[in-house]
Amino acid sequence: MPGTRVLVGTRKGAFVLTSDERRVDWTVQGPLFPGWEVHHVKASPLNPDRIYAAQSSGWFGQLIQRSDDGGASFTPVGNDFTYDGVPGEHQWYDGTLRPWAFAKVWHLEPSLFDAETVYAGVEDAALFRSQDGGGSWAELSGLRRHDTGPQWQPGAGGLCLHTILQHPTDPDRLYVAISAAGAFRTSDRGVTWQPINKGLRSGEIPDQDSEVGHCVHRLDLHPARPDVLYMQKHWDVMRSLDAGDSWHEVSGNLPTDFGFPISVHAHEPETVYVVPITSDSHHFPPDGRLRVYRSRTGGQQWEALTNGLPQSDCYVNVLRDAMAVDQHESCGVYFGTSGGQVYASADSGDTWAPIVRDLPAVMSVEVQTLP
Amino acid sequence: MSGSVRVVLPAHLRALAAVDGDVHLDVVGTPTQQSVLDALEARFPVLVGTIRDRGTGLRRPFVRFFACGQDLSHDAPDTALPEQVGRGAEPFLVVGAMAGG
Repeated sequence: MPGTRVLVGTRKGAFVLTSDERRVDWTVQGPLFPGWEVHHVKASPLNPDRIYAAQSSGWFGQLIQRSDDGGASFTPVGNDFTYDGVPGEHQWYDGTLRPWAFAKVWHLEPSLFDAETVYAGVEDAALFRSQDGGGSWAELSGLRRHDTGPQWQPGAGGLCLHTILQHPTDPDRLYVAISAAGAFRTSDRGVTWQPINKGLRSGEIPDQDSEVGHCVHRLDLHPARPDVLYMQKHWDVMRSLDAGDSWHEVSGNLPTDFGFPISVHAHEPETVYVVPITSDSHHFPPDGRLRVYRSRTGGQQWEALTNGLPQSDCYVNVLRDAMAVDQHESCGVYFGTSGGQVYASADSGDTWAPIVRDLPAVMSVEVQTLP
Repeated sequence: MSGSVRVVLPAHLRALAAVDGDVHLDVVGTPTQQSVLDALEARFPVLVGTIRDRGTGLRRPFVRFFACGQDLSHDAPDTALPEQVGRGAEPFLVVGAMAGG
């Protein structure tokens, strides 16, 4: 019987939640790496036993852990994220320039095309690639060396490269997003990069049409329509029909268009999920009601999904990497909260139930659909 | 001169290095922070980057070095450690600083 494995990164360790295709009864494994912040855990789409975890602490720095047995055991692999050449400088909060300095890994993205290749998005913003299963890392420095690099500035969470999207059939093409620089695209495997922020409007910067400076929170796409991109920006939910060349707003009837994650349904390219959050200072849902919003029209028209979610006195946040969908015939949707709950829906969001309620604050949620 | 230096690691680093108790290291010459940490990292490569910055070699900000009741964190890396550490009578402590409330 097909299985389901949810990989959860939290402030104080990682957890592996396992179920069958029905997704009703769950077993909980963890905490793995207890006491360490695990920013992201993600499995290879080519080898379901291969799982990577980004483990860090303010005391002892960054480690990368790898499992080759589906999460039963992990081994530390390479953690040398040295920038290519002289790192240069970027904008600091006060407008001065500050040298690029590695802080931590925000996101790990195993390749769709090679089981030994994995990408890492790091703070200060840069993209690294390993071609030996995480043993060694090399920066794809064309991104950081883009002409606009000295203009990049950190968002509240740091100058982080947090989103890495792969084109489903073209290994030359990648998309990344950086807070608060914007979205970028490469068509030559990361050698050269192009900002793709036309159409974004950000009230937090003086020139709303600026090529960079936009606080993009998350991107997603559906493999059947790889040129259609969805974006949750700091404020605004956006859509592009031309691989990011231009964007238009699809916030429509959302109660607020601030938020962090955005995910596309596994089988319906026009079905999109967001979790509206009150504002950039009120990092909790409007009215104390935790609602996922679903659009079946690629945005603009949204419906609140509330069945099984707390509808009073709920003041948690859902971070950018903390929502995912599975590939089962009845698409499952999952998200984790700053309050330590991981919610699952096995029916595309119509009904929800918590898998766990009391984990440390959830940083990331990924899901594997096992054969 | 060479001797066996006893190093006490914080729990998280003991777990990473897969050791249960103190670590005993053979250090050539008069032990210093640098020579002890070089020997520690040579024995346990997984600890590279966890105590000192990989690029600069500087102590990570929230790591402290104690020995013989003294905070040696701000000593130059090539400063000789107390003689008691060099002969294994007192441990060299790597400590995660109090931080985070």
